[in-house]
Amino acid sequence: METLANLALGFSVALSPYTLMLAVIGCFIGTIIGALPGLGPSNGVAILIPISFALGLDATSALVLMTSVYYGAMYGGRISSILLNIPGDEPALMTTLDGYPMAKRGEAGNALVLSGVASFVGALFATIGLILLAPVLARVAFLFGPAEYFALYLLAFCTLGGIASSNQAKSAIAACIGLGIAMIGVDSSSGLPRLTGGNLHLYDGVDFLVAIVGLFAIAELFFFIESHGKGSSIGVILEKVTIPWRYIKQTSWTMLRASVVGFIAGVLPGAGASLGSFLAYMSEKSIAGEKGGFGTGVPKGVAAPEAGNNAAAGGALVPMLTLGVPGSGTTAVLLALLMTLNITPGPTLFRDNPDVVWGLIASLLIANVVLLIMNVPMVKIFVKILTVPAWILLPGVTLISFTGIYSLTGSYFDLLMLIGFGVLGYFLRKLDVPTVPVILGILLGGNMEDALRRAMTLSDGNVAYLFSSPIAVGLWLAAIVGFVAPMFLRNILKRPQAVTD
Amino acid sequence: MASDRIFGLVILITAVAYIAAATQIQTNMFSGEYLPKLFPVLIGAVAAISSLVLVFKPDPDPDWPASRTWGNLVVAVIVLAVYAVMITPLGFILPTAITAAILSYQIMPNARNAVLAGIGLSALLFVVFKFVLMLGNIVAYRIPTPQKLWDAISILIPFVGH
Repeated sequence: METLANLALGFSVALSPYTLMLAVIGCFIGTIIGALPGLGPSNGVAILIPISFALGLDATSALVLMTSVYYGAMYGGRISSILLNIPGDEPALMTTLDGYPMAKRGEAGNALVLSGVASFVGALFATIGLILLAPVLARVAFLFGPAEYFALYLLAFCTLGGIASSNQAKSAIAACIGLGIAMIGVDSSSGLPRLTGGNLHLYDGVDFLVAIVGLFAIAELFFFIESHGKGSSIGVILEKVTIPWRYIKQTSWTMLRASVVGFIAGVLPGAGASLGSFLAYMSEKSIAGEKGGFGTGVPKGVAAPEAGNNAAAGGALVPMLTLGVPGSGTTAVLLALLMTLNITPGPTLFRDNPDVVWGLIASLLIANVVLLIMNVPMVKIFVKILTVPAWILLPGVTLISFTGIYSLTGSYFDLLMLIGFGVLGYFLRKLDVPTVPVILGILLGGNMEDALRRAMTLSDGNVAYLFSSPIAVGLWLAAIVGFVAPMFLRNILKRPQAVTD
Repeated sequence: MASDRIFGLVILITAVAYIAAATQIQTNMFSGEYLPKLFPVLIGAVAAISSLVLVFKPDPDPDWPASRTWGNLVVAVIVLAVYAVMITPLGFILPTAITAAILSYQIMPNARNAVLAGIGLSALLFVVFKFVLMLGNIVAYRIPTPQKLWDAISILIPFVGH
């Protein structure tokens, strides 16, 4: 009953004409962002945060707008996967495996609609899961002291690193770069600057928005300059689009199973959407067996990763909202949004700002419906947008990023740092060092250090305090397993290679 | 192989420098003697250990671009840096048009398209930012004094700027 009352509160916030309009705009922009190759959800949300902030939107409106963009981008990612064999972001990789063969067979329209429906099922399931699970987890989170929080942050870095990269050392370095940058600035307890090298511009610390936009968007520009815009799309043709009821019926159980798998993967802190779509695809593949024909363009192979991907995206919001620990790259960016809006995620969020939380959840449900309506009949429009050539798109994205950051701070120093992060992002990605741990490090570094410091102050410097409760020990063990296990599993769970022409 | 070794060494040196800097962090009676240093030192230590792993167990080299492309990338970085310092003294439209045109040319070397992209993007983004989103500090153009222009450019020159 309490849940229903909360939901009613949420809808009363989210159903005003103004917020509804924002949701529709957000879904539209999000789908475009997701669909454009090289512009994934994290990227898109990151570029839009400074702009939405400069617009002076209040917390709820900004949240509604950005979560709509987030969900929209998750939907949009499938369009370029299916039509171009280019995943818009990492989780969409699995969709290319069967989606692209389907499109080559002339069933592009069917694949797009089917994946749209699968996305809807996955996202709807995850949002319901979020409604049921988040308040429970928020109550558990009240038991968390500094020792538990420190272990939890560690768990996020370990599992994220374990999955995001093929080399544990590299993901550890990535996390350290992020954490190291987070330490720069005036120390909260002594009021003295730390690690600034005497540069006054650094006294405020490094703005995580600058880092996110630089690592994602500016680095992308360098990649496009390197490749001279190859891999962007010209001449995609899509014939009449009808609703393939047969396929939807055929894959309904697949979608549900994939949603469950994806949601669970998403809830794990640090694991995120890539793992969700991967596990959903692999489990359906093994259920279908050899005769299932996965990889040759079967509808189930399209429905499973899309449902799993979107369910994981929703599931990733659970640890982000209740514990302040994001479960994926994009939720890390959403966490950045919350921090910009001065909202601290965590158990107190549910107690102190129920209108924000439930407004957010209601807007997720709304966004989901809007996206389904938008994506089935309007898929042709989005396909058209895909044909924007890279020589307009990338300069445009770069300048939007610059102007966004500039309108926020008005400082040339931040713009130069933006370029610096772009260069860093280019080299890191070239060297196969994941960039998401860097972002997570910058975002969470301050909180993680606070947890450690409070633990040390409470225990008078006794290190054993960090392992003093069963929850903390459990989290430490999970962190170690999450970091070590992928080294051994890597040979067994090989990622399927993308189809090549 | 070599790439990862070099990267590992760079990280190792940075990590050691970071630890050294961390031990020099000023403290006072509010923060206690070691708490502000503890976490930065831990981060440096983890990074140093991980970088040693890379030095001794490197991955295969990535495909580095050809030297011509390196030139292009350096040009792009310089163009963006000049843009960053010029947007305040010159206003939005002119630097944006030039930057967009150069970047566009670098992705697809076609002069006519590049000019069109520069003018089009600059005008479009100005209208969107100024009149649709109404961002406050976007100014169409400014006519700077030579002194202001020099001040802005000198930021990019090491040891001359501030």
